[in-house]
Amino acid sequence: MEQALGIHRLHFAFTITFHYIFPQLTMGLALLLVYLKTKFLRTGDEHYNRAARFWARVFGINFALGVVTGIPMEFQFGTNWAVFSRAAGGVIGQTLAMEGVFSFFLESSFLGLFLLGEKKLGRVGHWISAFLVFIGSWLSGYLIVATDAWMQYPVGYTLGPNGEIQLSNFWGLLLNKWALWQYAHTMLGAVQTGCFVMAGVGAFYLLTHRDEAYGRTFVKAGVLVGAVAALLQLAPTGDMQGRLISQNQPVTLAAMEGLFDTQNGAPLAILGQPDVQKRKLDNPLEIPNMLSFLTYRKWTANVRGLDAFPEDQWPDTIALLYYSYHMMVGLGTIFIAVMVTAAFLLWREALYHTRWMLWMLMLAVPLPYIANTAGWMTAELGRQPWLIYGLMRTAHGISPKVGAGNAWFTLIGFMGLYAVLAILWLFLVYREIELGPEPGTNLDAETAVVIAAD
Amino acid sequence: MGIIWFWLVAIMITVYVLLDGFDLGAGAIHLLVAKTDEERRLVFASIGPVWDGNEVWLLAAGGTLYFAFPALYASSFSGFYLPLMIVLWLLILRGTSIEFRNHVKSKVWDPLWDFVFCASSLLLAVFFGAALANVVRGVPLDASGYFFEPLWTNFQLGDDVGILDWYTVLVGVLALAVLVMHGALWVRMKTNGPVSERAAALARQVWWAVFALTAIVTAATFKVQPQVKANLTTWPLSLVLPLLAVAGLAGVQFELVKRDEAKAFFASCLYITGMLTSVVFGVYPMVLPARNPVYSLTVDSAKASNYGLKVGLIWWVIGMLLATGYFVFVYRSFAGKVVTEKDPHGHAQPRSL
Repeated sequence: MEQALGIHRLHFAFTITFHYIFPQLTMGLALLLVYLKTKFLRTGDEHYNRAARFWARVFGINFALGVVTGIPMEFQFGTNWAVFSRAAGGVIGQTLAMEGVFSFFLESSFLGLFLLGEKKLGRVGHWISAFLVFIGSWLSGYLIVATDAWMQYPVGYTLGPNGEIQLSNFWGLLLNKWALWQYAHTMLGAVQTGCFVMAGVGAFYLLTHRDEAYGRTFVKAGVLVGAVAALLQLAPTGDMQGRLISQNQPVTLAAMEGLFDTQNGAPLAILGQPDVQKRKLDNPLEIPNMLSFLTYRKWTANVRGLDAFPEDQWPDTIALLYYSYHMMVGLGTIFIAVMVTAAFLLWREALYHTRWMLWMLMLAVPLPYIANTAGWMTAELGRQPWLIYGLMRTAHGISPKVGAGNAWFTLIGFMGLYAVLAILWLFLVYREIELGPEPGTNLDAETAVVIAAD
Repeated sequence: MGIIWFWLVAIMITVYVLLDGFDLGAGAIHLLVAKTDEERRLVFASIGPVWDGNEVWLLAAGGTLYFAFPALYASSFSGFYLPLMIVLWLLILRGTSIEFRNHVKSKVWDPLWDFVFCASSLLLAVFFGAALANVVRGVPLDASGYFFEPLWTNFQLGDDVGILDWYTVLVGVLALAVLVMHGALWVRMKTNGPVSERAAALARQVWWAVFALTAIVTAATFKVQPQVKANLTTWPLSLVLPLLAVAGLAGVQFELVKRDEAKAFFASCLYITGMLTSVVFGVYPMVLPARNPVYSLTVDSAKASNYGLKVGLIWWVIGMLLATGYFVFVYRSFAGKVVTEKDPHGHAQPRSL
């Protein structure tokens, strides 16, 4: 079963990573859509409404892909992780089922109305439908994060006679302190993806001198919201998340930081390659004492390194965990620099014709996707070797009768199918950007408006 | 508490089949009833704003099953590994074809997406039927509480069964016939003109197949799973469930003759509800019968702790009331027949609201 374990892990990792490309954008855009619709409602300026309609089309494509790649996630708990599901389903099944009952119904119902029912709903009704799509998608995010948070920091349960994990405190599960900080951190990441995409598309329009009025609106909205989100991402949310890890998963913290030896006044590694065999960091570029300060607010505090823990407690992919964490933090720092600089230029009324800044905004579009992915990898690789931290090891959670051959078969199937989806996605989104916010000029290729009724 | 959740999950699955059933059925008959681009757009328009909401019922039912009966969820999902993955792929292909067909007009790609939409809908109907039949027939659970079925073995009902054998394939074909009828009645009700006429003709023809297959499958089921007959004879009142199915099926024919489109569709809903609830009642108290009855999963052996089920009941009721409200609102907003109008270039365009 050792061999199957690796495939099952890769199966989940691959499908969830691909899936999360879509919700991070739709959750971020949902907020920005409410912003644009609110602007329209308050000013009555049709410009904002057209801008919202343009982003609604982009939203629709990403939402559909998020749905079709999301269904496999719920199924995989049972198909590939049956022992885990049997033991923990009574607890995390609650949050997962609530996601279906409370958010998916809300989202799917009102997205249909939002995309296709503008004339019928009227201005206020259409604003409400946009708002409810936002609520639905952000609630969905919370319930998923609460599920993951329980696996990171299990609370509100008791152990039954056969080792099954039984829910004993519903609100404990729902208001897990880990979930609250992780949620804030995750959603800010999603908002940044939405902001970078919106600002990047706006920069593209400004650089190519087309749809420039929209370009300015998009850049402005993306930069203003993005700058706030980038700062909040670092503190307090990132900082608090780090402190929770240092308190509850100290071995994870050591692995993330590449800290092999316990020491007073531990340095913060900026660069360097962990060598797990020799237990040292090669080519380190470090800030002395910084890790001690960040963790315990004391320059000389003692920070436990990996040597303080038995090896069977170590995360099993230390190098990848270290790189994921460092990429997330490094990119997060870059986002602050980019967004704050752009916001400064906006304030000086220079942003719309500062070409190098617009170029940076446009080229930065893929980066928040990488940062969000790296963030989730940090969380999930950091949880290893546990599936439920301290309660169940990952190796013990897989489906006992699904062999490596069958797992490979479906993993390869998903890889092929998702490659096709990725091509279609890039094509459709690029096409919407090409058509632009006023596609009336090019009716032949215009998005077909599909639905009708008397 | 276990029994309540047993029926709540059964109801959610039934609602899923009723709702996604008509859009799967519309997909399965897509190539038959709609010939031109304009007609095909009509079929898409008839399910456009509702199909993904319908699919959410599958997710919600799956999630509910997960927390109410974790052991059942774990056993069945890992045991039905291959067919479930194939179902997922088909759902992905189907969703993609609808999305792409609606976004891009292309003489090259449209026929391909039409085909993918039709084929995936059709296969999903067969697989869902076969999956249900697997549960009724029983699966090779052992003392570990798990099993794994290959897609097929020798198509016999021995101890070494696969997902597909003569019984499950038979039920799969019945499911396809039923959803074709259900989808045709939906398209009949939501459209005008030749598409509507062809759908009505198709519904009339496939009704006979549904009729014949229902009789054959019922007889086969009594043989394959003795519990069904035992339950129905132990509780004579339960005969109302299969009678509901019979009344629904008769109603479809009756209303088709009378040309009452809405009533014909609702009669079809009645038939499906009757069939599914009969089956669910028929296997009770088992939730997953085993080929060796000793290892069958029952309501009691599969359910979660009482605390979780009680708490769940509170939020579930609130959530489902809200969801029902949204559905009524959406279906009312998109009520009536779909129509097309010409865009400035003379292309037929279904009209937006």
